[in-house]
Amino acid sequence: MGSVKTALRTPWFWAVVGIAVLLLINSIKNPDYLALSVNPTTGLLTGNVLDILRVSAPIIMIAVGMTFVIATEGIDLSVGSMMAVGGAVAMQTLSTMSGSVGAMFVAIGLALALAIVLGAVNGLLVAVVGLQPFISTLIMMLAARGIARVITDGQNTNATNEPFRQLSNGQILGLPTSFVIAVLIVVIIAFFMRRTALGLMIESIGINPHASRLVGIRPRPILFGVYILSAALAAVGGLFSVSEVMTVSVSGTGNLMELDAILAVVIGGTSLAGGKFSILGSTIGALLIATLNKSVLFLGIPAAATPAFKALVIIVLVLLQSERIRSFAFGRAKSKATPPDPALPAASKEKEVVA
Amino acid sequence: MSAHTLAESVPPVPGLPETRQPQQVSRFWVMWERSQALIPTLAALVLLFGMLIYAEIAYGRVFHSGTMSSLLVSFAPTIILAVGMTFVIISGGIDLSVGAVVAFSSVAGVMLMNIGVSGWLVMLLMIVFGAVFGVISGVMIEYFDVQPFIATLAMMFLARGLASILSTTPVIAPEDSPIRLLATDWEIVDGPKVNDFTVTPGLIVALLVVLGGFFFMHRSRLGRTVYAIGGNESSARLMGLPVARARICIYVVSGALAGLAAIVYTAEVGGKAQNVTGIGWELDAIAAVVIGGTLLTGGYGYVLGSIIGVFVLAALRLIITKDGTINPEYLTIITGSVLLAFVLLQRLLTRRRAS
Repeated sequence: MGSVKTALRTPWFWAVVGIAVLLLINSIKNPDYLALSVNPTTGLLTGNVLDILRVSAPIIMIAVGMTFVIATEGIDLSVGSMMAVGGAVAMQTLSTMSGSVGAMFVAIGLALALAIVLGAVNGLLVAVVGLQPFISTLIMMLAARGIARVITDGQNTNATNEPFRQLSNGQILGLPTSFVIAVLIVVIIAFFMRRTALGLMIESIGINPHASRLVGIRPRPILFGVYILSAALAAVGGLFSVSEVMTVSVSGTGNLMELDAILAVVIGGTSLAGGKFSILGSTIGALLIATLNKSVLFLGIPAAATPAFKALVIIVLVLLQSERIRSFAFGRAKSKATPPDPALPAASKEKEVVA
Repeated sequence: MSAHTLAESVPPVPGLPETRQPQQVSRFWVMWERSQALIPTLAALVLLFGMLIYAEIAYGRVFHSGTMSSLLVSFAPTIILAVGMTFVIISGGIDLSVGAVVAFSSVAGVMLMNIGVSGWLVMLLMIVFGAVFGVISGVMIEYFDVQPFIATLAMMFLARGLASILSTTPVIAPEDSPIRLLATDWEIVDGPKVNDFTVTPGLIVALLVVLGGFFFMHRSRLGRTVYAIGGNESSARLMGLPVARARICIYVVSGALAGLAAIVYTAEVGGKAQNVTGIGWELDAIAAVVIGGTLLTGGYGYVLGSIIGVFVLAALRLIITKDGTINPEYLTIITGSVLLAFVLLQRLLTRRRAS
């Protein structure tokens, strides 16, 4: 009984429920929705679930990067444009090179290098100049989209490079390669965050930068680090999303993806007020977003309308976060007559909104 | 005893140097502080005239009534949005939803006109639609402690998504719709050839909004309250100012002005409304407000400064279109850099003031 209660309290538990509900609705519309089959021409597994995993890879990348930024009480609005930069660099490089594996690594390296430089600019503005994170990254969002345009001369560049195409279209043990790589990256990051003191330091900056300064944590390198990590992961996400179609669309790639990232992070239980993060939560949140994107398409709702659904989910979630604080406060101040149970029925209502 | 207060019972000391000098110093100090707050606005003004004179010398035909009036007319919606954004930013908040609200208002309005609702009533409704979005974000921010940029980001996605649900293809208002009257050209000065100074009712509306905004911020109690909230919210609450009412009012006004901007813009483009209208307009409005000298942290700023900011953006656009050799891809980078330069200038000045 106790473990059930803790599961109900875990924020990402509701994300799992949300994914299950969405898959159920899709299965009701088409009973074969969850079926996997083997494509006779390529010999690869195909299926809607694998599709969801494939499109979730870029979202996982930006969501995990955003998690650490939000944990320091910041925000990175430039991730969507950073995806476009990563994609643009890769496509521009590959379009002038041969289709070898070496060319792929050059393209990935250049994309990551530029993203790291731009991430460092974000870090500089936030950590050294002391600007609000939201305005610094808003400027970067403008500038990076422009940089992506300049790199490709405003064209939607395409390229051919079979190894690079395999990133999104290949499979490892039946799972999409991009998803496997994304999960590996997340596991490595989680290892560094939770097996070293790094994660704790990030959280302490989010709780109280002055206090953490007094205990000897220097905020500058860590803030630099989180913005660089966020930008680099966003570039990887951009690589995944362009390798799917081998074309970068300078205005379309990563457009409005920053909200997806924020949404995934909030669903995963990371508080927007900073100070705590959940890597697993953000990953599951990203999976929920990918499922939502695919389901909306599958149910025949115009793709342009998805933002409305996401907006409803995020409104319910932020209200829930504040309501929770209130019910806790009221419960302690008045009596123990109403423990924080009101949050739970409200949470189940939110799933209906998702559906 | 009760008839005399303490100050009255103390005999006045004529010509006491200690009592006079601090007063002078403080007056000087106040003037210095005020002029410091004006530095960004003055810098923007210098930049504006510098750009216009450069453009006149380099390309000619800039200080032409034809060029000027067409530029003013095309920037009328931005002027309206910038006034609303000024209120919000002075209160220490941000409204990211204005561009999307313009899209929703114009698509919904034009569709209503197409099913035969009276044009004048629809124009009123378009403003009401905007105000409704404002109410929702205001309530979320004031009563649920949601960060302004998260609440308005959610509204941005909601409005954009709803606009896309209504229609993903352009809709056009009927020929006889009164909204088209707003785009009639009124020749004020009939110059030679095309060199006429023409204004449209839309531009007049924008100018009235500027005047109204000026009086609201600098001559009304609510305007004073807005400054007080931006300066220090808890002090404003302790002083007994109606913080909740003022804050919700600001977001409602910002939303309603976005609805008004939608009317003016739709009229100008000949009654055509699209769900992709207004992408990035919130950034233009924020940039105009910041360039005009309003502090992003709130508490300082002028409505007229924001109008100078809009003119700076307009002059920038003018130079880029007149030049023709500047790649339009650089436009977002240039806007971003100008915004960054002014944010850094603000940062420099506030830091000096704080120390």
